[in-house]
Parts: sequence; structure tokens; C-alpha cells
Amino acid sequence: MFESLGSRFEGILRRVRGKGRLSEQDVEEFLKELRVAMLDADVHLSAVRFFRDRVRERAVGAEVSGALNPGQQVVKIVLEELTVLLGGDTYHLFFAPKPPTVLLLAGLQGSGKTTTAAKLARLLKAQGRNPLLVGADLQRPAALEQLRTLGGQIDVPVFSEPSDPVEVVRASLAEARRLGRDVVICDTAGRLAIDDDLMTEVAEVSAVLEPDHTFLVVDAMTGQDAVNVARAFHARLELDAVVLTKLDGDARGGAALSIRQVVGRPIAFVATGEGLNEFEVFHPGRLASRILGMGDVETLIEKAEETFEQEKAEAAAARLLEGTFTLGDFLDQLKALRKMGPISNLMGMVPGMTQQMKGLDTGVDERRIDRIEGIINSMTPSERADPEMIDGSRRSRIAAGSGTQPGEINQLVRQFREMRKMMKQMGRGPGRKSGKGRNQRKGGKRPGGRTTDRGPVLVDKKKGLSLPGLDDLPSGLGVPKGGLSLD
Amino acid sequence: MGLRSRLGRARDAWVDRIASVRSAEMVDAQLWQDLEDALLLADVGVVTSEELVAEVRQQVGRQGVEGEGVLAILKEVLVSRLSGVDRSLTLGGSPSVWLFVGVNGVGKTTTIGKLGIREAAAGRSLVFAAGDTFRAAAVEQLATWADRAKVPIVSGAEGADPSSVVYDAVEHAAARGAELVLADTAGRVHTRSNLMDELAKVRRVAEKGAGTVTETLLVIDATTGQNGLVQARQFAEVAEVTGVVLTKLDGSAKGGIVLAVQEDLGIPVKLVGVGEGMDDLVDFDPGDFIDALFDTEVAATPKNVESRG
Repeated sequence: MFESLGSRFEGILRRVRGKGRLSEQDVEEFLKELRVAMLDADVHLSAVRFFRDRVRERAVGAEVSGALNPGQQVVKIVLEELTVLLGGDTYHLFFAPKPPTVLLLAGLQGSGKTTTAAKLARLLKAQGRNPLLVGADLQRPAALEQLRTLGGQIDVPVFSEPSDPVEVVRASLAEARRLGRDVVICDTAGRLAIDDDLMTEVAEVSAVLEPDHTFLVVDAMTGQDAVNVARAFHARLELDAVVLTKLDGDARGGAALSIRQVVGRPIAFVATGEGLNEFEVFHPGRLASRILGMGDVETLIEKAEETFEQEKAEAAAARLLEGTFTLGDFLDQLKALRKMGPISNLMGMVPGMTQQMKGLDTGVDERRIDRIEGIINSMTPSERADPEMIDGSRRSRIAAGSGTQPGEINQLVRQFREMRKMMKQMGRGPGRKSGKGRNQRKGGKRPGGRTTDRGPVLVDKKKGLSLPGLDDLPSGLGVPKGGLSLD
Repeated sequence: MGLRSRLGRARDAWVDRIASVRSAEMVDAQLWQDLEDALLLADVGVVTSEELVAEVRQQVGRQGVEGEGVLAILKEVLVSRLSGVDRSLTLGGSPSVWLFVGVNGVGKTTTIGKLGIREAAAGRSLVFAAGDTFRAAAVEQLATWADRAKVPIVSGAEGADPSSVVYDAVEHAAARGAELVLADTAGRVHTRSNLMDELAKVRRVAEKGAGTVTETLLVIDATTGQNGLVQARQFAEVAEVTGVVLTKLDGSAKGGIVLAVQEDLGIPVKLVGVGEGMDDLVDFDPGDFIDALFDTEVAATPKNVESRG
């Protein structure tokens, strides 16, 4: 899926990549080709325009980087923007603390709601849940028979009654409790987004069901109208995510990208065939890397990313020494480093953690790092910037979001506070009174170090990790001379 | 914000472009951009949209017109491109077989149901062939329509060979002297070659006995994007498609892809589905279609286009 869009992009990018010089005309020509590729893939016109403007803006304003020629730089920009377009985290299908967890499926006629309901039921059953299928499509002839047949195939009960959809779903909740089913999956009739009566009806169904997850089922072959449909359904139902069906064709699925861009809702699942097992959780990140990882584009991205990370690292290092380093910066570093190698190097960077980790026999516990990443990922940007604002209720939310204990969050915040304090002291350095700022150290020649004209380098792939300027710190701070390291 | 205005906003992109073209006092680059955008937003596709704009530009060059005049010229261009094609549904076999094909969920079964009612009302004797033996309850769905239309239906077991069901229906029709068999098939994605081969076989077997396939109608959903052209090409290759049925045109989708289907493949639209009611299947009329393509009023008040039964 989406591969054809990806390969089309790759073809266009390949031509531009080798160019040592890019005139404005070259850039326009290339943007035009991207536009056609996206429109052919049914990406909505407004999303295409947004993408193109972003790329143009960045391409024109791009600073000349030493590592990349102009062609490569434009490629890097396109790939980054494409990742944003595709990107985001995998949709998390959480379960209600008090069962049943309720799933509502809505969409146009023929988008595949009934089949999707059965596929979801099958998937959840395989995960040990006890779903109940609810047939609230009383409109299409034999829709209920279809659902019953499919329910029979996967051995999941189907509930319905010949009243009206609102009554059916009201009764279905009681039925789920009576039968001890912990998930309710509700199929609804297909309806046009502009049909007021039917849209009101599905809103009533939703009001009664109070679904935990509302999915819009969208045919991957949908054209420009997908955005209108999604907006109209979203206005009435508060959609959570999209299920993209019929991806086994050669549809390029641009509609789904547009929905993500315009309505801000992710793709949660994709149906890749007619069989009830041909249904999977959608991982945007994996897809992005698959598209972006094609052929020798990969090495280019690596190179591009190296530069990118380095710039970020430099900014982070500056903030670190100023004491304005945030948990967000920490997370960036954590991710950058995990990509590059042993995490123990990172631990060396974090004074507060060095002691902690030294107590462990078997090096670094990767699972613990996973938990730390999880905790920071569950924080809002402002919490990352100022962890002191995390109070009891924020703490429980973060714990629930990351699947950790509130105590662990306390611990992380405490360690981070200590680390930041310590780094701030280092930043001031020994020469504070004599008026020697860190600027004088930065970029200077360090004993045994290399000369860098790029400022402090936090991430150096060859050397592992080093903090320039820290080598000559007084040992009185409890930091081992020669850097902060486990090994 | 009221619902009406929220829905209104949802269609802004397209409505805006048309309104902008309409109100333009002079012909400038912005107008051409808006016109092209409007076509793209109607799923006409990049190539066809650019061609159309170029053609209109050329014609406008010789006349001094404003925005409304440009739209009028575009409509003329479109109507002339679409006209001069035979859109009638052919009979002539004994019985004739009209085969309905398409991807999943486009509305094949519903189209057969509606067409059955229409043809029966016109006094034709016909038989339904429930050739979708794959989708759960597809047979029941068609049987409901057979009841409504008072048309006999021939069906097989779920998972039966669709060719044999169609063959049986043709024999049944021949034995009773019925003139027409409307044959349903399972929806299939056109990239699955085994299913496409199966379709070719259905078509062959339908002519093995007394029947002649006089129409193979590709059903396309109006919301379909650029993939519609690929679908049409693939189905045409295996099943000798003679016409298109454009369904669900009563929504906000414009169905612009059928322009490319006719231009590129020479396959005309023959029928249009404009609602869920039994009589909401009508003959395709290029003028009406083009009017709807540019009529923002109709789009804003859907009830106007419906003739719900």
C-alpha cells in the first residue's frame, strides 16, 4: 500500500538528487512533478498544496549544509515532509476500565463497514477478548444476514432486533453485559455525509452508545471527496481514527493521507484483502520507513539524518549548559543515541543516572530505557519543558499512558532535576568569577580533543559520545575526568 | 456553529473555486487556476483537467468573456466531448444477458435491483442471476430486490461457481422465454488476476447456452478517485465492458473520473444512481451531469437532486 506513491516519489527524487546546483526553475519543475504524483494518488488538493508550499519554503530558505549538495538537501526536505504526512504514532486501541469497550463503525455505503466489523471482532477475539457484534444497519437488505453469517464464521455472537438503530444499540449494551461480552462492535448503515436525517440518526446512535472508539471506514479508492466525507462525519461523531479498506487493489490511498492532514485523524487499521484475517493494525512509522528506505535512498537519509541530529544535538548541548535542557531534548537525544549504538554511552551523559546505572551488573537495561521513553512520550510538550508542573493528576495520566507506575515518574523527574542542576553548574564552569564564559571554551582546542568549528558536539558517531568542554572540568563535581561514562 | 454551515465549510474548497470563477470580472491566471482546481476537486484527474482548461483557454482567446462565460464554454466543451455516443442498453439475444461487474461495494446488487424494477415495469420479462456467491448474504440481498420487482431469481449455494449460477439462470430464462437476464457478480479488486480470470469465465459460460451477453456494465462509485480509470481498463480487458453505471451520485462526490473513462477508453456512462429509492436509477444525460458538476446550489441542498421514493 502507498508503495506506488513512494516509488513515484523515489523516481522524481532520484533525478534531482545528483544535482550540485538547483536553480529556482529546477525546484519549480520538481515541485510540479510531485504535485502530479500526489494528485494521481488522490491526495486532496489542499493537502497537496500544503505539502508543496512547505517543501518550497524550506527548499528556498534552506541553509547550505556542508554534508549535502543542494539536490540531496531538497530530497531530505521532501522525505521529512512525507514522513510528517504519513507519520504519527500507531493508534492505540485501549480498552475501557469498565467493560464493555464500545467500537462504532460509520461510513458511506459500500465502504466495507460490515466486513470490517467482523474483521475487528476476529482480531480482538484472537487477542482474548469476547466481542459482541451489533447490527444497526437495518437499511440495506440482508445487511444483518451478512453480519450473522460472518459472525458465525468467526464464532462471535451477533445482536440485533427489528426496531430502529437507536433502540438496537441501547438494547445491545444490556445484552453485552448479560452475556459477559467485553467489547461491543457496532455496524451501522452506510449513509451519505450530506443526508441530514441519517447523519442525525447516527449521531443519536453514538449518543446512546458513548463509544470508546469511533472509526470512519473509508474505501482506499476514494478520490477528492474523502476529505469532505471525513469532515462531515467528524462534525457529527467526533471520529477517533480511520479504517482503510480495499487496499489490496492498486489504489494509492492518498485519501487516507488527506484525512490525516485535513481532519487530523490517523489510520488505525487497514484491510488488505477479502479474507477475514486480511486485516491489520496500521503502523505509520513503519510504512514511512519502508517508503523512505527504498533502494539507495536509505544511505542518503542516514547521511541527512546525521546532519540533522548533529544540529539538534548542538542546540541541545547549548541548552544543557545553560540549564534550559528539557525532557523533550532528553528524549531526542535518547532516540538519536539508540539509533546509533550502545545506550550506556547515553547514560554517561546523564550525571544523575550514572550512579544509578552503575549499580547494575549487566550493563544497561534496555527495557528500562523503553519505560523512560514511554513516560516522556506520554507527557505534553509543556510538561517536558517544565517537569515541575507535573502534579498528582498529571502523574496518573502519564502513568496510565505509558503503562508505568506514578513512582517511576517521580523518580525520573527527580533525576532530571538533579541532572539539570548539575549541568547548569558545569555550564558556569570554574572561571565564572574571572569572567571566562563558556563561549571561550566552546570551539576551542581541547586537550587531547579535536578542534571543532561547529560548537559543542554531543553526538559524535565515531567517538561515541563526548561533551566537548567537559574534559577540563574540575573533578570536584563528582564527574570522572575524561567525560561522563559508564565504561 | 450550525450543522449547515459546518457542512457548508466542508465543501468550501470546491464551491469556492466555482464561485470564484463565476464571479471573476476578468480572465486572468487566477481564474484558470481556480477552474483547474475545481476540475481536480471533482476527480477529473490531472491530465484531463489540464486538457480541458487548455481547450477552454483557446476558445476564450477569441471571445471577450467574464467568469460566467468561461464556465459556459467549459460546459459546452464537456458536453461536446461526451455527446455523440450511443448510451442505449442493447437487447437482441434470446435471452440477452446484462452482466454487472466492478470492485467491492460500488453498488452492483442494488443497481440490478433498481434496474430490474424499471425493466419489469416496462413490461420486459426477466430473470435475476445471483452470481455473487462469495459475499455473505449477497444472495439474500438480491432476493429482497427480486421480491420487490417480482422477478424470478436463480441462485446457487454460497461459494458455488458463479459461472454455473449464471448458466443456470440463462437456461431458466430460455426455458421460460424470458428476454433478459441481469447477472450479478461478486465484487473483485481488479488486481487479483485469478478473480479477473473467473470473471472472463463467467462471461464465456453465459454465452455457452442460448444466451448472448449484450451488455457488460462496469459499476463505478462516484466517490472513486483516479483509480477508477485503472479499474475500467482492467475490467474492460477481461470482460469487454460496454458501459458504465455511475452510482452514489447523490452525495457530495462529483464522479469526474467518468470523463477520463470515456475519453481514454471510449466506454460511455449509461446509467446513473442518484439515491436509495427504487426509482433512483436514471439514464445518463451529459447535459444534466455537466450541470450538476458545476451547480453549487444542487450540491449545497442535496434534497434537490433526490427523488426519494
